[in-house]
Amino acid sequence: MSVLQRVVKPTTHKGKKILLKKEPQLIEGPKKTIFFKGRKTSDKIRHVLKDMYDLKKPDGVMLTKRNDITIFEDVTPVENFCRKHESSLFVMGSHSKKRPNNIVIGRTFNYALLDMIELNVEAYEGLKAFESSKILLGVKPCLVFNGPLWEESDELKHLKSIFIDFFHRESVNAVRLQGIEHSISFNAMPDGRICLRSYKIALKKSGCRIPRVELEEIGPRIDFTLRRTKLPTPELMKDACTKPKELRVTKKKNISTDNLGSTHGRIHMGKQNINSIQTRKMKGLKKTAQERKIERTAKRKALTESNELIKKKKVHDD
Amino acid sequence: MDVVSQILEKSAQEAEKYKPITVEKHLELEIDLGTLLAVDTNEFDTNLLKRNADDYFLKLTRDNTQLLINQLWELPTEKVDEAIMVRLPTPKTLLPRMKPVPRPRPLTKWQKFANEKGIQKKKKSKLSWDEQLQKWIPMYGFKRAKADSTKNWVLEVPQNVDPYEDQFAKKTVAKSENVAKNELQRLRNIAKAKKVKVPRAGVTNPEVSSAKDLQAAVTVAKASTASLGKFQDNLPKEKKAKGVAPITPGVSRKRKLPPASGEHEKKENLNIVDSILNKRPKLDIEKAISKQIQHTSENSSSSSKGIGQRLQSREKQNRSKLAKKPKSGNGIRKGGKKGAGGRKRR
Repeated sequence: MSVLQRVVKPTTHKGKKILLKKEPQLIEGPKKTIFFKGRKTSDKIRHVLKDMYDLKKPDGVMLTKRNDITIFEDVTPVENFCRKHESSLFVMGSHSKKRPNNIVIGRTFNYALLDMIELNVEAYEGLKAFESSKILLGVKPCLVFNGPLWEESDELKHLKSIFIDFFHRESVNAVRLQGIEHSISFNAMPDGRICLRSYKIALKKSGCRIPRVELEEIGPRIDFTLRRTKLPTPELMKDACTKPKELRVTKKKNISTDNLGSTHGRIHMGKQNINSIQTRKMKGLKKTAQERKIERTAKRKALTESNELIKKKKVHDD
Repeated sequence: MDVVSQILEKSAQEAEKYKPITVEKHLELEIDLGTLLAVDTNEFDTNLLKRNADDYFLKLTRDNTQLLINQLWELPTEKVDEAIMVRLPTPKTLLPRMKPVPRPRPLTKWQKFANEKGIQKKKKSKLSWDEQLQKWIPMYGFKRAKADSTKNWVLEVPQNVDPYEDQFAKKTVAKSENVAKNELQRLRNIAKAKKVKVPRAGVTNPEVSSAKDLQAAVTVAKASTASLGKFQDNLPKEKKAKGVAPITPGVSRKRKLPPASGEHEKKENLNIVDSILNKRPKLDIEKAISKQIQHTSENSSSSSKGIGQRLQSREKQNRSKLAKKPKSGNGIRKGGKKGAGGRKRR
């Protein structure tokens, strides 16, 4: 028999609250990301990590130590990092002779690896290389994916999903219009390069209500190429993408709106029992005294007859 | 007419001052306003891309962002604290969750029982008035323990009990036993919720356990000898406990089949009889052939005795190929003695 899993009861109220927070939630907050280094890192990779961390900032953790992790051979240390820091996204930077300037972006589901993609940083220009006013911290960006390749291969589809998950910050139900000031574009080139560009949006007058958009590059400017990938099985992906029953929108039946905007409801009535319904009492429908007398006598007759029958039966039995 | 044309001219001039907000695209963009996402599946313009990729990307992204913002500005707005907010629709892109969907917490054994019986939890007040101490005493906590100890400074020794037994110690032991029992039940509930198999606990406390538990304990203990309880004597009126097969050593867990119906039994028996009566000998053709060959060769060898050594040697070859290796004692003896067999005895 295997050893039983020990169950630790929290001793303090604070500890209990922390444990409760770690339990699965119906509506999850923004996903946290951890950034860490592999065995060795080049200067370029360190800057790339730093810039990505800056873009992600309130929901990111930068780990400082170097780690002896070969992620495609063994993911358990990364899963442990994610468990420790309560994060589901991770970015690892490394540099080796075989794979120089290497970045691995991945996601976990339930503290187990969901998918990861290894990218090679070909060209890089940092945030600081662009002399322009930057954006506010924690602004929700507009994400723009250019190129037909994003929909064609399985790897790029997943990379797109990972990029959206990484940069979209949080799903919100309202945004301030003047607060939209960041646009990130991902361009899948036919030669296999994936170019990440980040711009600041300036809303200019256009003579009508909708403003004219002007962009200014603020960096970072990174060109990636794909290396190794590890994609999830369809079942796992489906499991990870399930929407809670409570959040699913169900259509309400029998309610419709017409062209004028007024709502109509259709109500189902059960079958009505008309025979036993209480109608209005009227004098004309009342029974007369004679009728009542006849009824009474008939009733009495029937009673006496039945009594006699019973008596006869008893006599027979004796 | 002059006025109209003037106004038109003026508006045209004003429009010229500003750059347009419309963008023409070959294929329409896929726009998800819930995540502020635009996906442009149009082919790149290779000429522009070759000339200056970064400028081209800037232009392309500007156009696509413009399209996204055009749609965003169409949405219904509301004013919150002097800021114009836009209500976003629910996102269309499905992103994986961080953790699985929470499931309702499984009921404990007691909760299940209470639900079935319709037992409802009564709210108790945290403080209760104690007549003896003339004080409000909390339901639990150090003040309760203190009050209990001041109240029970003396304990009655019940009849039929050893008068030298420490009643205070007995009480504390009973209390700790109760706490342990509660803990065990809590763990059992957790194990059940997580679907962990827990080894069956034996008899935990002989004073609390029921007659059934004790019976089970006796049955298991008796079977726990090296000879699986074969030589253990029975107690008077002893009964064997049921349902302890999984924890009793040496008991096979095979379930007995239910008694067959008469018709079914008859059919089975007839089947057996049929199978025996209609039995056909199994024929191993290779074996039969080899046997046949051996038989014929033996016959021929006996008939051709004394013809010559050549034939014998040829036969030997044949035999070596087809028949079994001859064993000692089957052949004809060489030596002169007649009749008496066996080896020479000393």
